[in-house]
Amino acid sequence: MLSAAAKSISVLPARAASITTVGGQAPAALACDKASLAGSVTQRACAFCGSRVVLYPIADALHLVHGPIGCAAYTWDIRGAQSSGPQLFRNSFSTDLREMDVIYGGEKKLGAALRELIARHSPKAAFVYSTCIVGVIGDDVSAVCKEVAAEVGIPVIPVASEGFKGTKKDGYRAACDAVYHLIGSGNTADIPKFSINLLGDFNIAGETWVIRNYFERMGITVVATLTGDGRVDAIRRCHGATLNLVQCSGSMTSLAKRMEKEHGIPFLRVSFFGIEDMSAAIYAVANFFNDDVLREKAQQVIREELGALVPELRMYRTSLEGKKAAIYVGGAFKAFSLVRALRSIGMSTAIVGTQTGDSGDYETLENICEPGTIILDDSNPLELAKFCLEKDVDLFIGGVKERPIAYKLGIGFCDHNHERKEALAGYVGMLNFAKEVYATVMSPVWQFTPRRDADELFSIGAST
Amino acid sequence: MISSDPPFSTAGDETEPYPNATTNACKLCTPLGACLAFRGIEGAVPFLHGSQGCATYIRRYLISHFREPMDIAASNFSESSAVFGGGANLKTGLANVLRQYQPKLIGLATTCLSETIGEDVPGHLNDFAGSPEGAQNETPIVPVSTASFRGTHVDGFHDAVKALVQSLAKGTPESFPGHAPIAVLPGMVSAADLREIKRIAREFGVPLTLLPDYSETLDGPSWADYEKLPTGGTPVAAIRALPRSRAMIECGRTLAYRGSTAATVAKDKHGVEIHRIGLPIGLRETDALIRLLSSLSGRPVPHSLKLERGRLLDSWVDGHKYVFEKRAIVYGEEDLVVGLASLLAEIGIIPILCASGGKSGRLGDAILSAAPSLKGRCEIRSGVDFAEISSRGAELRPDFLIGSSKGYSLARKLGIPLIRCGFPIHDRIGGQRVLHVGYAGAQQLFDSITNALLERKQADSAIGYSYL
Ligand code: SF4
Ligand code: SF4
Repeated sequence: MLSAAAKSISVLPARAASITTVGGQAPAALACDKASLAGSVTQRACAFCGSRVVLYPIADALHLVHGPIGCAAYTWDIRGAQSSGPQLFRNSFSTDLREMDVIYGGEKKLGAALRELIARHSPKAAFVYSTCIVGVIGDDVSAVCKEVAAEVGIPVIPVASEGFKGTKKDGYRAACDAVYHLIGSGNTADIPKFSINLLGDFNIAGETWVIRNYFERMGITVVATLTGDGRVDAIRRCHGATLNLVQCSGSMTSLAKRMEKEHGIPFLRVSFFGIEDMSAAIYAVANFFNDDVLREKAQQVIREELGALVPELRMYRTSLEGKKAAIYVGGAFKAFSLVRALRSIGMSTAIVGTQTGDSGDYETLENICEPGTIILDDSNPLELAKFCLEKDVDLFIGGVKERPIAYKLGIGFCDHNHERKEALAGYVGMLNFAKEVYATVMSPVWQFTPRRDADELFSIGAST
Repeated sequence: MISSDPPFSTAGDETEPYPNATTNACKLCTPLGACLAFRGIEGAVPFLHGSQGCATYIRRYLISHFREPMDIAASNFSESSAVFGGGANLKTGLANVLRQYQPKLIGLATTCLSETIGEDVPGHLNDFAGSPEGAQNETPIVPVSTASFRGTHVDGFHDAVKALVQSLAKGTPESFPGHAPIAVLPGMVSAADLREIKRIAREFGVPLTLLPDYSETLDGPSWADYEKLPTGGTPVAAIRALPRSRAMIECGRTLAYRGSTAATVAKDKHGVEIHRIGLPIGLRETDALIRLLSSLSGRPVPHSLKLERGRLLDSWVDGHKYVFEKRAIVYGEEDLVVGLASLLAEIGIIPILCASGGKSGRLGDAILSAAPSLKGRCEIRSGVDFAEISSRGAELRPDFLIGSSKGYSLARKLGIPLIRCGFPIHDRIGGQRVLHVGYAGAQQLFDSITNALLERKQADSAIGYSYL
């Protein structure tokens, strides 16, 4: 059933190259990795957002946003990241720049704010995020950080995250550069051979703890977690680990590459979402260390976990078989995992898009998705609505900005971004995911929504 | 009208305890308010001139409260636009929005970035009008300057409303035939509040222009098909016809202290009769609105409203002991704080701390003129953040908090109830349906407050009475 609206929504000509259909005619390479089209109502955020997401979970650091109030206010504790100890990171600190600061420069205020906040909270380190206007008024943030650091004796690290400098991806890079300032300064003497760092897991709803537990059961030491449940001291010594595991590759690959180059630590890209990807990650680590005992333990962990999980999943699969999903997420690796995870509970993916995928990512997506699947780069509400209606999906997986699009149309929705409060990683996460998808798709409410039940008597005409 | 008594002394107002850093702001940035106001215009698309991050953050923030689509376009500055100016991006962006949405209005708000680099928005708009896409465009584009380093979201809201009146309400009253409506500028209230104000006006049988009106655009029904622009909102034609209004009522006691607002523009440019009252929260502030509507419409107060008022008072009598001299901390937008403080004072609760991130410099005067009995009984702080509210909160031993969900961590720390109202409500469903205004709003607030206190009493009791 192709609705009038789905037909009437036109794709902007300049956006057409960023949309493709798997198995369609002459699939030219998808246009991606570009700045968002002006006026396109992109779902993307800014470089600052990218830096903030990556560094935010370092729990015992002070995170000071240098700029006017909004940038800090909108990022106050909106993430689902958890800490097993300090809660300092959950505050929103800002220099709250005013007109006079903009005219005369904000350096003095920044220095004073840092001194004041460090004295009040005794953090282990401080990160100072530059926002757009700091970039244009020309504050020398690095100089201020250096001066304060010398005075207070903790690292004070500038994050070059001016929003206009690019998309989230550019912010990820700035965050990696910033966190690199800490690495290499701690004592690594007692770190054993079977040791890893977890990069790119942000401990949303405690997921880092789940993953950490699998590896510890295999006898592997997790030196540092970057940045989920992150601690400054652990990060300082993480260059002593033997291997880096990079989960959200978009955000952390640049750091992993740098550690490989400077400290000789190899890295593996993995994903912890879904049975297949989680198991592949565990095996990859066992194979990397090339140790039989470790392999045996890896198998044991997977066997134990699957033994509990599979029977439970079966029930959900029976109900969900044949349902269709749309996916729109930030990074491509998450999209791959979601396509596979949905398949494992019987669902197909009709639409999949990301904010920041590159051409390699989209090739992979074309390979793993069924013919007819629509693939989108840097999409917007109108396109997403159009294709959801065209494909008549039962579920939308995305972030907060996508939720109302789905709900308004009477489509189920699952949150899969940094704001979620349910753990979705690992085997336990797969079960949570299945439960949530089930509770979403099978809810009786959809049958009453106008898209499914156009009862003439209650139809709402044009409003008066 | 706001009393013109000399201001009360308001020691404690205007304090700025931490001059250099804000910890957990009790305010948001100006463009958010402007976007909210623009969303209350029929067929309008809010458009931010600056980087896309601001638009995205503001969208997600508003979406978390209203749980409705909230499309905000942006000119998506890149590094080069930050250096060479955003004119080209603005023009492309406007053309794309016109093409894709076919809006009835574009509300164009600046951001800190475009303000800082000194973008010439009127100049860009002229250029756009001269371009091929722009020449065919008949959609009004209403610009408003909203640098966040110059105010809070509330300023952005009121400035956007003013800009709408300034740029659209043109012509003489004679050029608009038909019924002369009463215009109400309700201020930043909930979607339910807007519906309530419309209902009250209906009871008086007067045609009403509500500006803005996001009661439907941000709290609408489920859709059969996708609506690019949600239905509802103040029609552009109604804003154009504002000079014909019989009178204009502008709500907000601190707002009334400002020199220039939408209402003063209507008065100075078009001779519209204006009345400035507080947000109609609580008995007296609602009475003021009802009295005005009665005199403007020339009709007595309808029986149904009298009954509502009577029932409200009856419930206050029933519940007075449970709330008497309980201590509350009130926080949020200044005008909301004034309204809530006034309601609390009416039922015998002491708002020991009235706090806002806004900084009109008039919060104290406004509270004391709405609720003179509070003189000397409450601490008033403007320009504060939640760090300050929390540190005072711990000393003041309040019985409950009343304000947005952002006070939750304090409520949790103190182990006291939080009555959620205002904006934002991110940890409950129905933020847009919280009713604050009118007798009905006073009733709901009173019931919530009293019941929260009763629940607390039960929880604290060793016995667990089910009969209180
Ligand atoms: S830059 Fe200004 S407009 Fe943008 S989010 Fe920050 S405070 Fe708000
Ligand atoms: S785009 Fe710039 S100003 Fe806007 S939220 Fe991002 S950093 Fe802040």
